Amino acid sequence: MAKESKSLKPLHIDYTRWAFHPALWFTICFFIFPLAVMLAISFWQRVYGRLSATWDVANYVKFFGSDYLIDSLTNSIEVTVLTTVISILLAYPLAYILAFKVPKRIQGILLLVAVMPFWTAYVVRSYSWLLVISENGILNVFLKGIGLIDQPLEMAYGQGATVLGFVHFFTMLITLTIYANLVQIKSSYWKAAADLGAGPVRIFFRVTLPLSVPGIVVGAFISFVIAIGDYITPQILGGGTDILIPQAIMLQISRAANFPMASVMAVTLMAVVVLVYAISAKHMKMERV
Amino acid sequence: MNRFAGPDGNIETEIQKSLLNIDGGIMNILSTVIRKTILTVSFVSLLPVITLTVSAQELNALVWCDHADDKLLKPFEEMHNVKVNIKTYEGTGAALSIIEQSAPGDWDVLVVDAPDAPTVAGLGLLEPYDASTLPMSDLFPQLTEAPFNYLDGKRYTIPEKFGYYGVAYNKDKVDPEDMKTAEVMWNPKYKGRVAVYDYYFPTMQLVAISMGISPDNITADDLEEIRKRLLEMKPNIKMVGDIVSVQNALVNGDVDIILNAAEFVVSGLMPTLPSLDWNIFEEGGLMWIQGLSIFKDSKNKDLALEFVKYVVSPEGQSRLATSECYWAMPANSTTQLSDAEREILRWDEQPGYLARSVPSTISRPEIDAKMLDIWTEFLQK
Repeated sequence: MAKESKSLKPLHIDYTRWAFHPALWFTICFFIFPLAVMLAISFWQRVYGRLSATWDVANYVKFFGSDYLIDSLTNSIEVTVLTTVISILLAYPLAYILAFKVPKRIQGILLLVAVMPFWTAYVVRSYSWLLVISENGILNVFLKGIGLIDQPLEMAYGQGATVLGFVHFFTMLITLTIYANLVQIKSSYWKAAADLGAGPVRIFFRVTLPLSVPGIVVGAFISFVIAIGDYITPQILGGGTDILIPQAIMLQISRAANFPMASVMAVTLMAVVVLVYAISAKHMKMERV
Repeated sequence: MNRFAGPDGNIETEIQKSLLNIDGGIMNILSTVIRKTILTVSFVSLLPVITLTVSAQELNALVWCDHADDKLLKPFEEMHNVKVNIKTYEGTGAALSIIEQSAPGDWDVLVVDAPDAPTVAGLGLLEPYDASTLPMSDLFPQLTEAPFNYLDGKRYTIPEKFGYYGVAYNKDKVDPEDMKTAEVMWNPKYKGRVAVYDYYFPTMQLVAISMGISPDNITADDLEEIRKRLLEMKPNIKMVGDIVSVQNALVNGDVDIILNAAEFVVSGLMPTLPSLDWNIFEEGGLMWIQGLSIFKDSKNKDLALEFVKYVVSPEGQSRLATSECYWAMPANSTTQLSDAEREILRWDEQPGYLARSVPSTISRPEIDAKMLDIWTEFLQK
């Protein structure tokens, strides 16, 4: 009987609460609406300097059918994946040492040092790297000075330089997310593993590493999203060749005001980010820690 | 009870009273000091207003960065007892968006990429010049008579400064003889040692010149050949970038040559880096030209005209030519430059340079999208 009355209870939705929900309106105005406009424009054409609402998929056909445009997407994925992998490989030992090998009283200072790259302006940081890796730069002068090389190494301008600039920034970001994860792992897990006969290496690979996956994935995802949408670093360090998708978007906007084609690229970029999120979302939860 | 308190127990009142009794009262002195300070501060604050009232007229100019130097503006301000307010911009599109957000009459003078002048005039924004009021006789006729100065037979812009798309280089690293011909773009001696200033249209016009095609008459049929030649250039190209980026690459030794560049990229650096140099190609030169226009809704048209006359005068021109932002050729042939400046700007060679150069215009809509596609392909591997 009680079950019956419960099932008959009318569904009540408080529309006024939702209508005045600031976060919802903010999201609608500044995310959903612009996204819808961008999506709509991607089906338009730019004809003789004017936008024409043709509602066709010609821009998508052109983007996916042109090697040089698709290359910008594959270059972006290549650079971003490489950046993320190298950053994780560098960040994990750093975070591990910070969390377990450094006395607690100086952990705060070292974390402060770790976030220092974030305090420098993005453009300044990129140009600074040029001063280090250019042919007359600090590194080449040093290597020549100690007699290790005769001819300067060509390090500036290319995907390698872009990855270097990215890694400098994202290693620290990923270090923070992994560190925050590691310090939350209960020591009882290690004690239990040790009691069961596991050595330090086995404990690391069977307990610590699996439990720190959420920190790695969160850091990797943030890095991936920021890096794949970044324009400044590839433009300055990459040298404007083998362009990435944000550069291709800028080219369409700044040189030709071709917003429909730029929208196609932006929608594709967004689809890649959503796909990466869908793959990584289940690994971001820290329930077991 | 507090020993400093008076009969009413109010400490503050008693202290104030005692202070007032010392030598005419410290509070009186303090109040005099405060009063004088307020008067002085008020006077100092009002000084700019008073000064502006004396020199009430202001000229608002929407300009390129080379018009921001005090050495250019101060003499005019002092001569006419006016204030010149400037706003710098890059690209005609940016200027149009600033104008769109302003009220009619907000702006008096516009510096514009001369080939864009008919477009801006066509929007009804510019005032036609009365040719009889202009000091045109000393300006290079190749500039003043270019068709883009006019719309429907009326003159809307006066050329004030110009330069070239050619080649800039480090003399210590390359053979200057190689730089004289457009073939340098494909010269295998310079594999991986070349930067390109990132502007697709003049770069492709330079390729067209090397192929014997008039840069003003590139047609859709020419594009495939231009594309092939552009892609053949790729092994030589180390980087493509904006002015600052290509300057950095040259100065840092990462490249030895900058294509699609000339005096506007290296002249300002040459006094301190004498190994840098530039020239145009023997096959032909490609000119860029900037012009001065007056807004139709300007409230100070007479003053605006005086400013235009000042900028194109020999005095104004020598200051504009060597601005801190970038150096380039003055449009006035009688401009006085120092020997060093003449050498850097190749001033004595200008008659010959002008004779074999054509102005770079704007791309035509029917081929523009295709040219950008070719450029994007060029930027990729």
